[in-house]
Amino acid sequence: MPTIYIDGQAHEVSEGDNLLQAALGLGLDLPYFCWHPAMGSIGACRQCAVLQYQDEDDTRGRIVMGCMTPVTEGARFSLAADRAQAFREDIIESLMLNHPHDCPVCAEGGECHLQDMTVMVGHRDREYQGRKNTHRNQHLGPLIHHEMNRCITCYRCTRYYRDYAGGTDLAAMASHDHVYFGRHEEGVLESEFAGNLVEVCPTGVFTDKSLVHDYTRKWDLQSAPSVCTACSVGCNIMPGERYGKLKRIHNRFNHDVNGYFLCDRGRFGGHFVNSEDRIPAVGKRDGDGRFSAVDADSAVSSIAALLRQGKTIGIGSPRSSVEANYLLRELVGAENYCTGMSAQEGALVQHALQQLEQSQALVPSIRAMESADAVLVLGEDVTNTAPRIALALRQSVRNKAYAMAADLRLEAWQDAAIRNLAQDQRSPLSVLSVAATRLDDVASHTAQLCPDDIARVGFAIAAELEGALPAVDLGAELAELAKTIADTLRSADIPLVVSGTGCGHSGILDASAAIARALTGPDRPAQLSFCLAECNSLGAALVADGAGMGLEEVLELAAQDGIDNLLILENDLFRRTSCSKADSLFQAAGNVVLLDTLTTPTCDNADWVLPTSSFAETEGTLISQEGRAQRHFPVFNSVAPIRENWRWLLDIGHCAEVATCKSMVHFDDVTTSCANTIKTLFGICAAAPAASSVPAADKVPRQTHRFSGRTAMRANISVHEPRQPTDEESPLSFTMEGHSAEHNGALLPYVWSPGWNSNQSLHKYQSAVGGALQGGTAGTRLIEPGDIDAAQESSGSTAPALNAGEYRLVPLYRIFGSEEMSVRAPAVAQLCRPAGLEMPASVAAELGVSNGDGVTLTATTGNVDLEVTINDSLAANCVGYSHGVSGTGGLVPGSATKLCRAENWQRAPELIGTDRGATTA
Amino acid sequence: MYESFISQLRTIWQVLLHSFTKAETVQYPEEQPYLAPRYRGRIVLTRDPDGDERCVACNLCAVACPPDCIALQQGVREDGRWYPEFFRINFSRCIMCGMCEEACPTNAIQLTPDFEMCEYDRQSMVYEKEHLLIDGPGKYHDYNFYRVSGLKIDGKDKGEALNEAEPVDVKSLLP
Ligand code: SF4
Ligand code: SF4
Ligand code: SF4
Ligand code: SF4
Ligand code: FES
Repeated sequence: MPTIYIDGQAHEVSEGDNLLQAALGLGLDLPYFCWHPAMGSIGACRQCAVLQYQDEDDTRGRIVMGCMTPVTEGARFSLAADRAQAFREDIIESLMLNHPHDCPVCAEGGECHLQDMTVMVGHRDREYQGRKNTHRNQHLGPLIHHEMNRCITCYRCTRYYRDYAGGTDLAAMASHDHVYFGRHEEGVLESEFAGNLVEVCPTGVFTDKSLVHDYTRKWDLQSAPSVCTACSVGCNIMPGERYGKLKRIHNRFNHDVNGYFLCDRGRFGGHFVNSEDRIPAVGKRDGDGRFSAVDADSAVSSIAALLRQGKTIGIGSPRSSVEANYLLRELVGAENYCTGMSAQEGALVQHALQQLEQSQALVPSIRAMESADAVLVLGEDVTNTAPRIALALRQSVRNKAYAMAADLRLEAWQDAAIRNLAQDQRSPLSVLSVAATRLDDVASHTAQLCPDDIARVGFAIAAELEGALPAVDLGAELAELAKTIADTLRSADIPLVVSGTGCGHSGILDASAAIARALTGPDRPAQLSFCLAECNSLGAALVADGAGMGLEEVLELAAQDGIDNLLILENDLFRRTSCSKADSLFQAAGNVVLLDTLTTPTCDNADWVLPTSSFAETEGTLISQEGRAQRHFPVFNSVAPIRENWRWLLDIGHCAEVATCKSMVHFDDVTTSCANTIKTLFGICAAAPAASSVPAADKVPRQTHRFSGRTAMRANISVHEPRQPTDEESPLSFTMEGHSAEHNGALLPYVWSPGWNSNQSLHKYQSAVGGALQGGTAGTRLIEPGDIDAAQESSGSTAPALNAGEYRLVPLYRIFGSEEMSVRAPAVAQLCRPAGLEMPASVAAELGVSNGDGVTLTATTGNVDLEVTINDSLAANCVGYSHGVSGTGGLVPGSATKLCRAENWQRAPELIGTDRGATTA
Repeated sequence: MYESFISQLRTIWQVLLHSFTKAETVQYPEEQPYLAPRYRGRIVLTRDPDGDERCVACNLCAVACPPDCIALQQGVREDGRWYPEFFRINFSRCIMCGMCEEACPTNAIQLTPDFEMCEYDRQSMVYEKEHLLIDGPGKYHDYNFYRVSGLKIDGKDKGEALNEAEPVDVKSLLP
């Protein structure tokens, strides 16, 4: 730890830091723009200028950039020297020469880093009398608003977009004071991570478009720590609410998971919370088939009465919390609990879970993935199934560059230097997939194969690593590929295998586990990670505790002896199975009770509908694909009669006098009971502090200390202000009073620090700049490396063989479209395309179709018409359907299918978010 | 003892003198007091010189307000202007401090010399935008925020605001 002197004071700082980092870490305020803790320094903005002195006798010193100056033993700096201060003020003044008079109508205002820095250096009056440069804005799609006039040319946007996220369609254009940051022409930004520009850009150039059109300043947002529910990664988010509406989602720093960045599905997909499709009332279907609104309590007692008589099957949901699934299981009994996944998916998740539990390989966090120096992606299109992981893998390929830099003793933050040094040299990343993926541009080896072949190559890699012969003959080309990939993994210090349930192929999971097993040595921890389908896929599987039916079993049960009651928790069965099957299930069931947030086709088949809160209005524990249990807290209270899913179920449980429910009153009771009942979930209580851990007066305020309008917000309803709602269920409060310092990392509702109104204030909450939160990293890991790791039998091919004229049906994923809830956010819906079938040109030629034509797909569950898109990157004989998109509900991944040209094909009207009607019964 | 007696006498004398001064009391409400133009009374929302709503829904008045009695929601109009979808002042809480006027970057919110706002029903003290918005520019006759701001609105393109140069041509490499 070198000692440096800042303004005469000696400070111990971390080796290898730059002065800016060190100063911020010491709590000193040094203004900056272009440096970013995740992206390093380039010294572009000149804002972090300080004086550096030669030695003790040097009184003049010279101006250096803090972010480009390494801290070395005995180095002497001055932040406060007049010359340094004057220089910094001059820089701000020049940045402000062309800055528009926009703050009141700028969506960055109040959390603008430029505002903060301007105030920090004390610049006040614009003395320059010349005219201001102006720019025309571009339309960048429905997610991001562009206001180019406000740019200070710090280059953070292009560094993030191109260098960090691998985008190609945003660039710096023109020269000198005409520099322009935008696309070569107007159009939707292509990167799946473009939304981070909103937080990366220190000014109001890039802002959240839906926020711009329904704006609330940061200080007026009520926020709570939450977890993204749009995929299995479980990124930490901070949703903000005002007037009962979700206004925006910002990144919530979690050192081990999402770090500083989210994907666009997570950032913009949460707006389904405000959807007009929210179920507004408790509904009971009358004799005439129409719903009438009924009183919530009488509905609870009627449903409880139903449960007491006859057999009830509970269908859980991989998008509901552990607690809700657990309560459902308790209500209906473990033997009657279904995870809500299809049998195929349920088995896959169970299989993945087993592999992870048994494997000696480490299940890496996202951050750990970034440090892997050789990666193999087996069969998973991570960019579209678990997007944040793709961003992490993109960073992993830079480890080669960091290693080269370390050889030259260049610090890791020397961003431009390291990029220049490494040029195109990257750590190996191999991607085996059914079609080209968005990671291929940084991959060292890619191949597009059918799922069976992917598994075979996987096993061949494992065999190669173990020095054995591959079990099956792959042909020379694939054998060579397997050998090369095995070599890259063998010579790595931290090899990582990423796979998942995306292909619907258990052999791929086995192959990945086999590779990880072959890689794990006494001194080398291999990493193994599986992407799963939904935010709590793992949680639902764990609640089932080894049992748990798949949907098909429920269907069989219904077909055999009928079901008296069906209690469905937040699940749209039409997405999980074909229309005809779902219909027959509903026909066989006596009473169908549905708890859900948005209307779905399943709603139309229910006899009782109970409206549940969205993720933003309820607490819950979710288990991510890493096996990390994380708690999300309600940002605001939902309006009666909407209740939290767990509260409905608990109310029903109390009413039906279910034994285990008796002792439960609060949410934490449910969590504790669940942890005590299910061994593997023992750790979930540690995901976040319990409500009782904080005295009522010290609760963490969800509102900022400058929350405005408290005596006017609801004065139109009544001028007499009610008391603030209390929160019995969490350590947070719905007020601005409370104790906001020294939070537990899982309880951080927003970041703010005096003088630092923007999200850059985060460093004040970190133990070291860019490091973990002082209050600890949120969440708790449930799965640690096992020790059994017995070799598993290769399950080889699991798919039926192809007969003549048949094609392999593979699922293709879309970041916007494949996830159920995010597609109902209006902005995201604009980016969704109707379901389609992609096929290589060779298949299209066989069928005599071309782009835009229709094909009829003969599936076991009925015929489906889909629009053809030619995708030449697809593996031979494979046709890919848009998984999760309306109209593809009953299609089975991996099945063999017959295709024929659909005559009289007409493009279906663009139905979003509902599966009904498109699948023919 | 002696001093107190003098003080008493002096007081009685002064009271007596007051009997001959002119009464300050006015026959309110028949007789109205003079209130300076900058007197801080009932709050209004004004219009810019072109007759359009001045308020851009920036929320600065709301955050400056000590009793937190201003609430509003921003919206964006077809023509590109930010405006308040609703704007509410709870006058039963307002302390007429004028901080909102002080904070307003557009001169939209202004206090007027009208303090006669008594109501029997407290609910009637809640004013919405239609109660607050007046037809004129109030105390500030000339200021129009949108003529200064860089935001493009209908009728004012980029580069047409005060002190702005033509939008740059990104394709040109000329200095
Ligand atoms: S970018 Fe910041 S300083 Fe510039 S107009 Fe917006 S809020 Fe104001
Ligand atoms: S657009 Fe934003 S991030 Fe990009 S250079 Fe300008 S101010 Fe910096
Ligand atoms: S990667 Fe997944 S969890 Fe993370 S923000 Fe995107 S959708 Fe949400
Ligand atoms: S400060 Fe002025 S412009 Fe801003 S919201 Fe208030 S009245 Fe409107
Ligand atoms: S932050 Fe150091 S030059 Fe920009």
